[in-house]
Amino acid sequence: MKNFFKIFSFIILFSGLSLSTQAAEKVEYLKTDWSFKGLFGKFDRAALQRGYQVYTEVCSSCHSMKYLSYRNLAEKGGPEFSIEQAKAIAASFEVKDGPNSDGDMFTRPGRLSDKFVMPYDNVQAAQAANGGAYPPDMSVLVKARGGGVDYIYSLLQGYEDPPAGVILDDGVYYNKYMYGNKIKMANQLSDGLVEYSDGTIASVEQMSKDVTTFLMWSAEPHLESRHQMGFKAIVYLIILTILVYFSMKRIWSRIETEV
Amino acid sequence: MSDHEYTPKSKFGKWFNDRLPLLTLANHLTDYPTPKNLNYWWTFGGILTFCLITQIVTGLVLAMHYIAHADMAFDSVEHIMRDVNYGWLIRYIHANGASMFFLAVYIHIFRSLFYGSYKAPREIIWIIGIIIYLLMMAAAFLGYVLPWGQMSFWGATVITNLFSAIPLVGEGIVTWLWGGYSVDNPTLTRFFTLHYLIPFLILGLVVLHIWALHVPGNNNPVGIDIKKPSKDTVPFHPYIVIKDGFALLMFMIVFAFFVFYTPNILGHADNYIEANPLVTPAHIVPEWYLLPFYAILRSVPDKLLGVVAMLSAILILAALPWLDTSKIRSAVFRPLYRQFYWILVADVLILGYVGAMPAEGLYLLVARVATAYYFLHFLVILPVLGWKEKTLPIPLSITEPILGGSPNLATAKNKESLNK
Repeated sequence: MKNFFKIFSFIILFSGLSLSTQAAEKVEYLKTDWSFKGLFGKFDRAALQRGYQVYTEVCSSCHSMKYLSYRNLAEKGGPEFSIEQAKAIAASFEVKDGPNSDGDMFTRPGRLSDKFVMPYDNVQAAQAANGGAYPPDMSVLVKARGGGVDYIYSLLQGYEDPPAGVILDDGVYYNKYMYGNKIKMANQLSDGLVEYSDGTIASVEQMSKDVTTFLMWSAEPHLESRHQMGFKAIVYLIILTILVYFSMKRIWSRIETEV
Repeated sequence: MSDHEYTPKSKFGKWFNDRLPLLTLANHLTDYPTPKNLNYWWTFGGILTFCLITQIVTGLVLAMHYIAHADMAFDSVEHIMRDVNYGWLIRYIHANGASMFFLAVYIHIFRSLFYGSYKAPREIIWIIGIIIYLLMMAAAFLGYVLPWGQMSFWGATVITNLFSAIPLVGEGIVTWLWGGYSVDNPTLTRFFTLHYLIPFLILGLVVLHIWALHVPGNNNPVGIDIKKPSKDTVPFHPYIVIKDGFALLMFMIVFAFFVFYTPNILGHADNYIEANPLVTPAHIVPEWYLLPFYAILRSVPDKLLGVVAMLSAILILAALPWLDTSKIRSAVFRPLYRQFYWILVADVLILGYVGAMPAEGLYLLVARVATAYYFLHFLVILPVLGWKEKTLPIPLSITEPILGGSPNLATAKNKESLNK
């Protein structure tokens, strides 16, 4: 058994090491409490709905969300808008469809099954409209950045005047959390920019937190069921392990050696 | 091998077994006499079998939904993550399963190094194991390319470019591997095909690995030859089966923790950015399990020699049974080797660490020293140690150390002091 615990602690140590090397980021990100962290982490429904509002009113003019469909907005574990609300949201967008029987493309109001409408037709159009920089698709953005949610949350609040000596080109802004500190996206958030229907005060901090929560969900739409299933799976495994341990003790007791 | 002839009890069983001796095989596997002092380091063979089967089963399901096309691969992976029922679970098991597989194989290999399991008469088991390990690395690398993210694309570019170091034909080989003049759709489709093929090659080799194991039987922590079957052995079933099962469950708890709570921690964030041939990531880093070899590759200033060093670092293992000249298998009775063993473990961990860091300044220096030591260990220390080392007296049977305590370091140390 002694040897066994050695092995087990070795594995834990390895896991710990891999976690710490990942966490070894040089910049200290702004910290906030994320409701979706931890063994039982869940999304804050209201934050997701507010985050969706920030995305639609602020981000969506440049950033696409190509892997999301309007139906996702009503699905369990997400913002959980009602079906009617999601249908209304979808219908508020013009979707290009076709060709019809005459061979023409046409537009129609969006449906639940439609993907989120893209702000630009293609990458080149997006670059042309944004001084050569492509505003990245935000569907999996949180997972595509080293610092994850903390990074996005900090970046949105990290705009400041460049320190003396740093010269910025036209259309380039200074952000203390950006890699290399130069970012082509201007500061987008200002206090009271959106008006939350639930009465929450739309401070920059609040909006950053809400929209980042929304981005976390869009990157990991099954996060809640993953946490729930994970807890059950691990509890099940632990119980089974204990039972097997005692069976093993029993079986090995037939011979004089110790397990 | 059990000596007695097995005859099935039922008439049909006998009829069938005379034509295809499957029942004899099953009987051999359950009765297989196993040293009773095997510790938990020996449970990783079973754990590795579990890992292989898990990878094959989850991989089959993923292949049903994945599209091997440069324009659609990334999208199809997101489709699996979002719209396929429990697709996220299958993919996270597969992705983290690769890491768990390597974690287990490294423990398995280092167990073998500690207890001298590669020595006569087990050289063939060991060499098959090295081939499996090489194929695992190939499969892991090919699989990492399939999601077609930035690390996939640039990792594939870096690794395939290594072949260009071969004199004269290098460039031609790279073009041939790519199926074009850069990593592109033809590269992706062939990588997918090979990624699908290799696990079955591994499966075949695992059968040979176990077959070769069952000829001499297991080594054991004391490292002595034992009579089989005897008082020193237990039948594989139920004794080893339940012990392996217990260890496997503990392993699965760690595995589950990664899958359900930190599924992306072992991957690189850049691989969630779709492959873009025009944008090179700031640091191109392989997965953690390849880092020691990556460090060796980069520590040599010449490209060709770097590739040679990296390959030699793996292939040198195949020569290990002949490089280690000591007659004593287990490090328990080799006080000097035991220390060098732990230095080697530290050396490999250091190589892994510097492999993840940029190849410059102090990191590069450390990588060079660690690389040199790695080869020194196998080429100089091991052969010399076999001649020079004063080993401790080894017991005549497993039962002896068991009755006088357990066959571990404490016992060995007691003996040492008694001899003085």
